[in-house]
Formats: sequence, structure tokens, C-alpha cells
Amino acid sequence: MRAHTPLQRIWEFFVGTPARRFASVSILLAIVASIAPTKDLFSEWRHYQRQYRGIISQHPDAARLQRRFQSGIVQIWIPEQHVVDRCPTCHVALKEDNLSYLRKEPFNPHPQTPHSLTEFGCVMCHHGQGAATTVEEAHYSTKAWEQPILPGRYLESACGQCHMEELEGTPQLNLGRRLLARYGCAHCHAVTQPDGSLIKPIDEPPSLEHVAEKTSREWIYGWLKNPQAYAISSTMPNFRFDDQQATDIANFLISQSTASVNSLAAPPTNVPLPSEAVAAVDGAGLYGTLFCVSCHATQNSRGNLMGGELAPELTRVGSKVNPEWLRRWLRAPQGYDPKTRMPRYRYTEKEVALLAAFLLGKKDDDFLKNVQLGTSNPESVARGKKLASDYGCAACHRINGVNPPEGFAPDLSRVGSKPLFQVGFLRGMPETLPDYIFGKIRDPRAFGPALKMPSFMLTDKQVEALTTALLAQTDRAVTMPQELVRSATHAKYHPGGDAGRLMEDLRCQTCHAINSNGGDMAPDLTNEGSAVQRPWLLEFMKNPDTLRPALIRRMPKFNLTPAEIAQLSDYMMTAYQASGFDSQALDLHTLDTKAAARGKELFYAKYACQACHIADYKKDKGYVGPALADVGDRLNAVWIYKWLKDPSAISPGTLMPNPRFSETEARDMTAFLMTLKARKKGAAK
Amino acid sequence: MKHAFFIWPVASLLVFGCAKPAKQAPSLVAKTYGTQIIEQSGGKQAAGVGGKLNDPIVVQVNGADGNAVVGALVSFHGEGMGFVPSQALTDDNGQVSTVAQLGGIPGNYMVVAETPKSGGGAASVNLREVALGYQEKVGKQISEKYCTMCHDPESTPERVSNFDNLAPPQPHLFSDGSVLNAMSDSDLTKIIADGGPALGKSAQTPAYRATLSPAEIKAVVAYMRAISDPPYQRFPAPFTDRPGPR
Repeated sequence: MRAHTPLQRIWEFFVGTPARRFASVSILLAIVASIAPTKDLFSEWRHYQRQYRGIISQHPDAARLQRRFQSGIVQIWIPEQHVVDRCPTCHVALKEDNLSYLRKEPFNPHPQTPHSLTEFGCVMCHHGQGAATTVEEAHYSTKAWEQPILPGRYLESACGQCHMEELEGTPQLNLGRRLLARYGCAHCHAVTQPDGSLIKPIDEPPSLEHVAEKTSREWIYGWLKNPQAYAISSTMPNFRFDDQQATDIANFLISQSTASVNSLAAPPTNVPLPSEAVAAVDGAGLYGTLFCVSCHATQNSRGNLMGGELAPELTRVGSKVNPEWLRRWLRAPQGYDPKTRMPRYRYTEKEVALLAAFLLGKKDDDFLKNVQLGTSNPESVARGKKLASDYGCAACHRINGVNPPEGFAPDLSRVGSKPLFQVGFLRGMPETLPDYIFGKIRDPRAFGPALKMPSFMLTDKQVEALTTALLAQTDRAVTMPQELVRSATHAKYHPGGDAGRLMEDLRCQTCHAINSNGGDMAPDLTNEGSAVQRPWLLEFMKNPDTLRPALIRRMPKFNLTPAEIAQLSDYMMTAYQASGFDSQALDLHTLDTKAAARGKELFYAKYACQACHIADYKKDKGYVGPALADVGDRLNAVWIYKWLKDPSAISPGTLMPNPRFSETEARDMTAFLMTLKARKKGAAK
Repeated sequence: MKHAFFIWPVASLLVFGCAKPAKQAPSLVAKTYGTQIIEQSGGKQAAGVGGKLNDPIVVQVNGADGNAVVGALVSFHGEGMGFVPSQALTDDNGQVSTVAQLGGIPGNYMVVAETPKSGGGAASVNLREVALGYQEKVGKQISEKYCTMCHDPESTPERVSNFDNLAPPQPHLFSDGSVLNAMSDSDLTKIIADGGPALGKSAQTPAYRATLSPAEIKAVVAYMRAISDPPYQRFPAPFTDRPGPR
């Protein structure tokens, strides 16, 4: 047989004879067998370890660094948490704090966090594939592993897997969880946290059972079309209803409305509304002195919102409400909506008229300028009712004849581990879970015009925070050992008895926390009875005034009767007592004038307290802490003394630093502060 | 004939295997040219690593006459950074605005905004941004809670600044590198922990030793160093692999 072509000649050369055949196969086998070791030799992690050794050999501390360096595959293994993390194989310098100046991945040291690396490993927080030893497999989505590294801006979500409580170090996660509750996400979506608790909505959307008393069909139409055109701060989302749909829903809502308790009560004779000019001046003054602005915001001429966010924005309220309803509401909000957070103020009829006139003047004629609705008819009402149940209106609002839907929207309890094959990405968007969640919240209808989820008016920062909170809802979080999960405390304290009912009527806990339940706008009242003197409390409730010069928000005036004030004071002085604040703690006889003089010296010179506090309005300007000019009338000596000794023991998280006064210093300061009393008119000097 | 058997699969493998789906943003073409580019706003911001800066970066292109140029091309670069958009034509005010995202490593980032000149070459302006790592972020939070009401004269309606209420000497801004860079870490730690008198300074700075943990004080110092302007140089050459003094 003669070789004709080069190919045939090569064939002859390798397999022509049995000996050649044996040699060829042996060589082939040797090559195949050496592939794996060769790949290992040129693997990425060896490359990085070589690079690292090169870098530290130059370092002044080379010997120590080399001693601490561990070559080969390094892994963190925590069996009970299913952690097998080989990240330190390439990230060799995680514990070398003094190499931080390198700024070169993968050699960055890990920052000092509350948890050590050996405690939880890497993947629990950063995601990615822990067991992988190549850059691609460890960090990115591959066919065998979907969960890539979590982008840095969502890293706080990792903390949320175990921590349900608000952590100081995770502002973005805290904001996200607050938004989940505040924007009503949790009305439609169930979000069960790893400790088994549901995220509860706190937005309290208004009941629509009596809505016809409050507003008009036209306003409902305009509101549905664009809630933020009425109130820029509104949390009501935009459902992108067309004109017909909005009309139908408005017709339905008016038709289902029933009479409220308020409207059934016999109205007192109405004081006539003052003129617009009077309302604009006197009404604005009254609105200011009643501190409506503590909770309600309005837009100023430059479009900035001024005021609190506890209650609805009032910029255009005159275009919305029925004047008769407004008066009834100002007299008794709870008669219209028993669940409202608005206190029942004891306004006089004259005040009600003046306030109503002022609020009705807050109009924006443009809002309803082009709204012309035809007469309502039963077909439209029926369509409206169907729309209201289709779009889940009753998930948030109470509506007659429409039951709150159950399981209306997808459960988000494990959305942070949603498999990517279940996700319909948009064209052109990065195909990762965080990007999907971000995109879905920012513009839900982009994912399909027929989707029911409405558009929320959120900034990118807010959407990022929401995404962070949702990314914490992972499979891993659910299977985490229960002893690692930190639950948030949900206090349910409500004051009892007659005084308790009065406090409910005044909605004290909208602003004040008592025994960890309540708002954070105003001081915690849990230990108020130990802190203050009864005469001061009586005077304060009669005529509340702020203690902090820098605050624009403060306690509104409730127009309480002397009997009510006495009842409240008695209750607070007895029920809100802390232990250890009796005369045992401090011998009051030591607080003499000499001590006060020494205390004054300490106050002004050694500790410069006047930097933050005002002891004398003529001299001091400190704006950070409460004014102390009449503190001798307000607080108990024992309270002051114990506060000075350790402020954060009494009020954790207080801004007041602990100056570590000595025993005598604290006593002298107390003596000085107790001499600071308001000069009463007619009182002897 | 037999060659064809080998050549076609090999050739097609080569062609299709190496071809990457080329997806490039259509690059813009400048309509006009300026001679100078200046910063309007957006420099010297700080945000968390990998995060977006709060305010957009705005630059303006001017012509030789000093007036703003409309339709000039501006492109943004920055190592490890992302920009949306990364290039754009100047608007009616001669300005371009972009949202910048910082990289994943804490420290200083240099944004370069560039505009081509008509005769070739380009004018550029540099902006410095700061990415805060974990420790610096903790420091920022603590300083916003305890420090800024005296140390930052910018007031808000919520918390009116106490800066103006203080007797001299007035507090330094935490970013005031001209003063603070000269102070050592241990001096700063001391003044935070034990108050102004510890260094013979004003008693208006109270002692925080009993309020903040050593780690928290360290975090505040790290934050002050991170936002310092001019930048704080801990090492002679922070951007190289060369180790600094210990």
C-alpha cells in the first residue's frame, strides 16, 4: 500500500504498525491525563496567589504577611449554616487591614463589620457561589448557578435576612421596609419575614364608605387620573385609568356611599363662615397657632412641601372637600372615620368656622378645570364596581359591597431567591434579579400594559431601598437557624381606664411613644411621671409650648377642660413612673446655694453646656438641646441628677453625650439647674 | 475533496466562535465645538460604594468668547464608574448633566468630563467624588446624628444649625482638610472621646467616650478622612501598589 496524500502518510506514521499504534495511544493518554493538572497549574486562583506573593514581598512587613498567607484552596466551612466558601482562596488579604491602600481586587481587606468572616462566611451576605474557584463561576450567573454576587448598593439586604429590627447601620434597608409598609405594598402583597411576622401596612388609606359626604364625583375622577396632581406627597399610586374607567369608578364610589355617624348627629347651629379676607389672615394665623403643620404639609409658592407627613397634604384641599363635611370633620374626625389618627380637638364653633374658611380657600381651580362628567347611570356604576374589584381597590380602602381581595398579588416572601427562569425580563435590561425588581417597582406597566400593579411615584433612591428590602426575602433567610433571627418588637401598649379613653380620643400615641408604642415625633412619655413636676404638666397641657427652640413642629392646643387636664396629669403622674427615681437616689439637702454657684461655674466654663442649651435667654443661644431656662419648674431634681449621671440609660439613643460628671459635679449641676425658674408675673423675685 | 471536510467545520467554528455580538451604543457626533469645559455642580460628593451620587454632575462647554456652546459633545469617564448618559450633546444652556455611579472600592474617584476641540485634541475638567466604604458610612451616620448640627453651618428646617450660636472659636467642617489633615488620627480620636479640653481647645466640643464605642469613633475619623478636601494622604502614593510607611 502506497501513501498517496499527506493525510494518508500521517495516518501511516501514527497507526501503521501495532507498535506505532501503541505508542500513539500512550502519548494521547498521557496528554489527556495531564489536562486536569495543567489546568489547575494555570488556574486563576494560583495566578492571584502568585500576584499577591509578589506584592507582599515588597512590603516592609513582608515576613509577617507571608507567614499569615495560606496557599492552596482555602475555605470557610460552617456546616450548620450550609456555608462552604472558598472566596479567601483569591481574596487572600481579607484580614490584612494594613493593605487597604492597595485598592486592588481581589486583595482588598474586608471592612470591620459587626460579624466576623469565620462566623458567617462570605456568601451569606454577598451571594454568589461559595464553592466555586473561578472568577466567572463565583461571581456571575452561570448555567449551573443563578445567583450572582449582590451589587454593593443592595448589600444591606443581606442584614435583613436575620435582622427584622431596625439597625443603625442599615438605613437603606430600614427605609425600604418602612416604604413597604407606608406605600401600602403590603395591602396587596403578602410579605412574610423570616421570623414569621408579616410586614404590616401603616399607611391607613381612608375609608370610602361615606365618601359622598366628603367630596364630589369630579374630584374622585381627577384624583384617580393623577393623584399627585392633587397632592404631590400622596402615596396613592396611579392606575393609568382611561377617562371612561375613571368616570365609572367615581360613579360607583358615590353610589355605594352611606351616611356616617357624623352626618346623623344633629349639627350645632353653624357660625357663618368668615369672609375670604378674614380667613386668609386670621385663618392662617389660627392654622399656625394650632400647629396643624406638625402633621399636615402644604406646598409653598416654590413648590416645596412644608410640614409633617403624618397626615394628608392640604395644598388643594378646598378643591376637594364639601364645606359641611369639613366642619363636621373638624369637630369630630372619629365620627367619620373611627380609625383616623387625627385627634378630636375641642375647637370652638368660631374656630371651626375660621379654620374651615381658611382651608376651603386653599383651592386650585386648574385641578378640576376640564372635568365634565355626564350623569351617572346604573351601567356605569356596575362597570365601576367591577373595576374596583378587578383592581383591588378594596385591598386598601373600605368600600361597601366590595370585599377585600385575598391573595390578590403575588406573595413576595421569597422574592429575593426568585429563579431567573420565572422572570420575564424586558428587552435590553440587565438580566439580574435586583435589576428586575428595581424595574418592576419603578414602572410596573412597562412589563405588560394589562398588569394591574399601579405606578408609584417614587424616587430612584426609594425604589433602590424597596429593592433592598425585598432582596432580603431569600430562601436562605427562611432556612436560617432560628436562634440567628432577630425579631422586631411590636409593642401593643394602650393606656387604660377613663384617662386611657381620653388619651385615645386625643390620639396621644400618634406622636408620643409610651412603653415603645407610638409615634416618634414627640418625646417618649413612658417615664414622664418621674421626670416632671405636676404644676408644670398642668400648665403645659393648658398652653403647650415647645421646649426646643429649633423645632418648628410642636404640640397642638387641644382646648382641654380643667377637669380633663387634671385627669390626664393624675394618670401620667401615677402610671408613667420609672423605678429608682425616689428621694433615696439623691439627698435634696445638699442642693444649697453654694452647690448651685459651683454648678453654674461647671455649666458655663468647664462643660460649656451653653453651646447646646439655653439657661438664660439673654446670654445663651444653644439650639440643640431643650431650653433649660425654667427647668427648675419643669423637672424633678432626682430626675435631673440621674439624667446627668447617664443620659442614655434613661433615653437610649439620646443626642446628649455623657460627660461623665463626678458625683459632686452632678449634684452641683443639679443644684444650679433647679435654681432656673421662670419668673411668674406678680410673683416675688 | 477530503480537505473540504476539515476546512469547512474548522473555518465556520473560527468565524462563529470568535464573533461576538457587537452591541455598541451609537456614538454621538458633535454638532459644534467649544474650547473649554467647566464644572457647574456635582463635584465633591460622597456616596456608598457602588451607589449613585445624590446629585447629577453638570458641566458646561464654553467657546473661545466665553459663552456657552450648544450641541457640543461631552463624554464622561472614570475608572470603575458608570454614567447615565456617558456622553451627550450640550443643551440650550450649553450644559450636560449625568448621573454617576461609583465603583465598588472605597476611596477617591476622578471623573473626567471631556469635549473635543475643533482643531483636534480635547478640553477636559476633573471632578473628585468619594465612595464611602462600610466604616465611612457608619461614620457618616454617627456624624450626622451627633456632630453636624454644630460642625455644619448648612441648616435644615428640621434641625436648625447650631453653628452660628456658638461662641468663638467656631467648629471646623468635617471636610475642612486644610486644618484637619494636619491633625493625627490619635488627636482626632482624643478630641472626640474626651472633648475639646483634652487638646487644650474649646469646651464646646463635649466628650463622647461614654456615648460612642471606640469602633464608632474610629468610623467617624475614617469618614472625616474620606471626605477631606483637599484629600487626606495617608500614604505618599495611594493609587499604586507601593506600600506606604507603617
